[in-house]
Order: sequence, then C-alpha cells, then structure tokens
Amino acid sequence: MSTGNGVLVRVEDVHRTFWRGAEQIDVLSNLHLEVPRGEFLALMGPSGSGKTTLLNLIGGLDRPTSGSVEVAGERIDRMSNRRLAAWRARHVGFIFQFYNLLPVLTAERNVELPLLLTHLSKSERRRHVETALHVVGLTDRSGHFPRTLSGGEQQRTGIARAIVTDPTLLLCDEPTGDLDRKSGDEILGLLQALNREHGKTIIMVTHDPHASARATRTVYLDKGRLSAEKPE
Amino acid sequence: MSNWLAQIWALTVYNVRTIPQRKGAAVAAAVGIAGVVAVFVGVLSIAEGFRAAMAVTGPADIAMVLRSGADSEMTSGLGREQVRLIADAPGVARTAEGPLTSAELFVIINLVKRSTGTDVNVPLRGVTQGIAVRGDVKIVEGRAFEPGRNEVIAGRGAAREFAGLEVGSRMEVGQSEWTVVGIFAGGGGSAESEIWTDAAVLQPAFHRGDSYQSVYARLTTPEAFEQFKDSLTTNPQLQVKVLRQGEYLAEQSSMLIEFISGIGVFVATMMALGALFGALNTMYSAVAARAREIATLRALGFGSAAIILSVMLESVVLALLGGGVGAAAAYWAFNGFEAATMNWQTFSQVAFAFAVTPPLLAAAIVWAVGIGVFGGLFPAIRAARLPVAMALRE
Repeated sequence: MSTGNGVLVRVEDVHRTFWRGAEQIDVLSNLHLEVPRGEFLALMGPSGSGKTTLLNLIGGLDRPTSGSVEVAGERIDRMSNRRLAAWRARHVGFIFQFYNLLPVLTAERNVELPLLLTHLSKSERRRHVETALHVVGLTDRSGHFPRTLSGGEQQRTGIARAIVTDPTLLLCDEPTGDLDRKSGDEILGLLQALNREHGKTIIMVTHDPHASARATRTVYLDKGRLSAEKPE
Repeated sequence: MSNWLAQIWALTVYNVRTIPQRKGAAVAAAVGIAGVVAVFVGVLSIAEGFRAAMAVTGPADIAMVLRSGADSEMTSGLGREQVRLIADAPGVARTAEGPLTSAELFVIINLVKRSTGTDVNVPLRGVTQGIAVRGDVKIVEGRAFEPGRNEVIAGRGAAREFAGLEVGSRMEVGQSEWTVVGIFAGGGGSAESEIWTDAAVLQPAFHRGDSYQSVYARLTTPEAFEQFKDSLTTNPQLQVKVLRQGEYLAEQSSMLIEFISGIGVFVATMMALGALFGALNTMYSAVAARAREIATLRALGFGSAAIILSVMLESVVLALLGGGVGAAAAYWAFNGFEAATMNWQTFSQVAFAFAVTPPLLAAAIVWAVGIGVFGGLFPAIRAARLPVAMALRE
C-alpha cells in the first residue's frame, strides 16, 4: 500500500480554485508535494496561503480543481464521496485546532467514534480506546466530558481519537493554535513520539516556528505555491 | 449491516443528547405536534363515540324489516297484514307467547336540550315487544311502561341530555300527556337516545291508524338471517327491505361520522402543516448549531446516509414526545365526555360519549411520526450536504 520509493502522499500539479461571486480565487496553483512514509512534515505559511486547503485535499475532505492527489497508492481525488468517507475512516486521523470533540460524549466515547465505522466488537473497541487514551496519558480522565477537561486534555482526547484506528496518516490543523505554550509543548511532544516511536506519518499545518521546529521537515506555502525556504 | 446500524444508533443517541442544548426550540416543536395530536384525537373521538353509540349494538341475530325503498324508519311504512307475514317468516325465534318480533313506530317530538336550553328533535318509539326482542334492555330506574297507558320510558342518554325526562315527570306530546315511568339502558345503537312507549298508544296519538314503520325480529341464530331475508324478499305479498340491525345503524350514522371525520382530518392537516414548519425550523436550527460537529463526524468517515437517518430519528423522537403528550392530554380531556348531536339522517338527537380508542391513539402517533419524518428530512439532507471543509472552519 505504498507509493513508490516510500512516498506516502503525492500531490501533483494541483490547482484549487474557489469562486466568490464572479471573482475567481486561485488558492493553490501548480502545486507539487511528496511526503515520504514516516515523515513529520510541518506546513507553514501566512493566513490565507492555502495550508488548510492543501491539508483538506490530502485528507479527502476536498477535491482539487485539477491535478491529482495520491495517498498510499490510491488516487483519492477520483473516489466517490461514499468511498472517500470509508477511505478517510480507514487511513486518516484528523487533529483539529479547536479539538472538535462532541460535547455530549465523554472522552472515551469521543475516542470510540471512529471505531464505530469498523467491524470491531464492543469489547475490542473498548480495548482500542483504552490503548489510545493510555498513549496520550489520559486514562484517568476517560469518563470526563470535554467541558470538564483543560484545553491540553481536550487536544489529547482529539489525538487519541485520531490514532485509535491506527491510521496511515495523521493530519493536524494548527494543533497547538488554541493552547498555551506549556500545553502546546506537551502536544508537540506527543506528536513527535507518535512519529518517532510509532512510525506515524504526520502533516501539520502551523503558524508557529516553535511548533515547526519539532517536525522533521518544514515546507512553506505562499500565494498558493510551495517552497522549502521561508519566503521573504 | 450491524456496523451501519451501530453508526446510526450512536449518531442518534448523540443527536438526542444534544436536545437539551436547544430546549426552547425543541419544546416549541414538541408542543406544536402535541397540539396537532390533541386536536386530531379530540375531533375524531367525537366520530368514534358516535360510531360506537350507533353501531355497537347490532347483535347479529336481530333483523330489521322496512318498506322496500325506504332509507330509514322515518320513510318506511308497514301495514298490519305485512307485520303478521313478517312475524310468521322462517328463522324468527319464538317463545310460548309467539314469535319474537316487535312492530314499531318512530316519531319525532320536541324536547329542550339541557346544555343549550333550545328545542331539539328527540325520537319517540312505539314498540310492541321491543324490550323482549332487543334482549339487552334493562330498566335502571323506575319501571317499564304498561301497555295501553300513556306511559313512556326514556333511554339513559336521552334522560341525561334532555330536560323533563326524570322518572315521574310528565310531558305533553300532541294532544295527550305522558308520564315518564322509567329509565332504560341498552337496546343497541342509538336506543339510549330514544323514548319508548307502547305502539298501540302511540298510533292513535299520531294518527297512524293501524300502520307501523319497522319490524324488529330476533332470529333463532345469526345464520338464520339469510333464510329469513330470502323468505320475505321472495314473498310476492311483501315489498320489503331486510337487513341486520347493525348494518342499518352503520348506514344511519355514516353521514355524520364521515362529516366529523372529514372535519377532524381537515383541522388536523392544517395544524399539522403549522407543526411541520415548527419541526422544520427546530431541525434546521439544530443542524446549523451543530454544523461543525456534523462536519467532524463526516471527516471521521461517517456516511451521509447515517447522518440523514440520525437527524430524522432525532426529529421523530421529538415528534413522539410531543405526540405522546398530546395523545395523553386528549385522552384525559375527551375520553368519556358526554354530548348529544343531531343525526341528520334521522333528524333526531343522538346522545353519545367521546371515545378515544386505541386505534385512534395509534393513528395520532402515526401523524406525529409523519410530522417528525418530514420535519427532519430536509434539515437532514442539508446536514449531509454541508461542505465538510467549510463547515469545519465554522
């Protein structure tokens, strides 16, 4: 299930255009990106540069106007919506800036959600949830509702939810953007551990150079184009 | 499949748990649906009660004979010779005194309705063996009338609804004065809304000579009806219509029942449209308030179908809550409520009690579910169509 030469994600000649009334906005133009398996890639750039759009294309939440997006050898830009939903459930773990936990479910129920899309039995699901919560160090808070958890704990829950199905790829959209420095550091440490110890491939959108310093590689996006160097 | 059901179940439980966050809108929608159900049940319980008052009874072994072509006892007429031939027909039950048939007269008198204080038409029935033929008539107060005397007994419903029918009271009908000597129950159909007396006394009082309007016959068995009917309808000396009492009562009440049912369904439909918009509004706001959460679920891989079904189920749960409350309120308020109304087919009053029956409650719940399904459908489709990437940013 890998693209040649250990490349997990291959984005080729991607354009993404939005329309605001009659005005055409080219968010991404002629974009190429390859992410090797096991990499922790930071995607930086100013607001409106298209970072989240690119992340959404790689995660199958959006489709390119033209070009191709290939993940683990599959052309996801050609998949039907139904297939794409199943593909996301199997291959991608999303980590959001504002955690996106469901407020009426406890931490463990939130973490269990992606497992409802698998064929695991209830007891197997419980075991997976316990493991994921253990990995993020939240075992003792599993029965708590999101509103009773700190920001850092909520993001840990979000990470547990992202890894509980053991996905191929973790996509993080400003995962520390809503956290204080200490909690942010803990989350970055956790992501680093997931990358180093569990071999997870991670693509992280961030504004924060402190966060990108934890990644194994950083690329910059500006005006819809990628570069390895920080633009002036 | 089980995985798909687990998805829907989990999403529905999640959706329902979010209802308290939208208490105001949810309660408004549920109350709207409760109102629809209460009105639906309330109006149709009138029709059900009327149907019960008219049709309960027709035991299968009581037949009725009218003049051929007559739509009701009012327009029928039978002479003494015809009455004798009918009594002698095969299939008629007999006692030591002879055949169990009752030749009857049916006239309309004016009485005052207690609830409105206005004059209304009340049926006065002259019977020959009415009590023996019906079999289930019981005197609950006073005694039966004595043949040959100006005495009447009043049905329980009539005594309740119309003034001047207390035991011992006197009423003037035409040129003569009549004494109420008893109150009876039973007799089938609308009998409890009637006043009964001896046909032989009623005939001269209303200048009916020797004629009757109907003959009621108790048959040896319900199966004897066909034999009885065939012998009368093939007899060249008779031009009669033979039917079971139950059939006759159903026929007599059909117009009013259809009218009331029509009104009930019309009013409930109008209200349901209002409640539908309430439910739509609630569910649209529910979907809008949870746009990011729904987008998150879809990002995690939950399918559109599961999301549509879960939103619709949430709407149905709300509708069932409202419908349950409405049905319970209607049962409490209307069941057994006593009233009298005009039966336009006999131009006389029929006393009856509103009847909130299990099938009526079930129909009301079906209405509530219908409102829930349609109220949830379009918001559910919107939820499933929200662009995920955009909704995640909200």
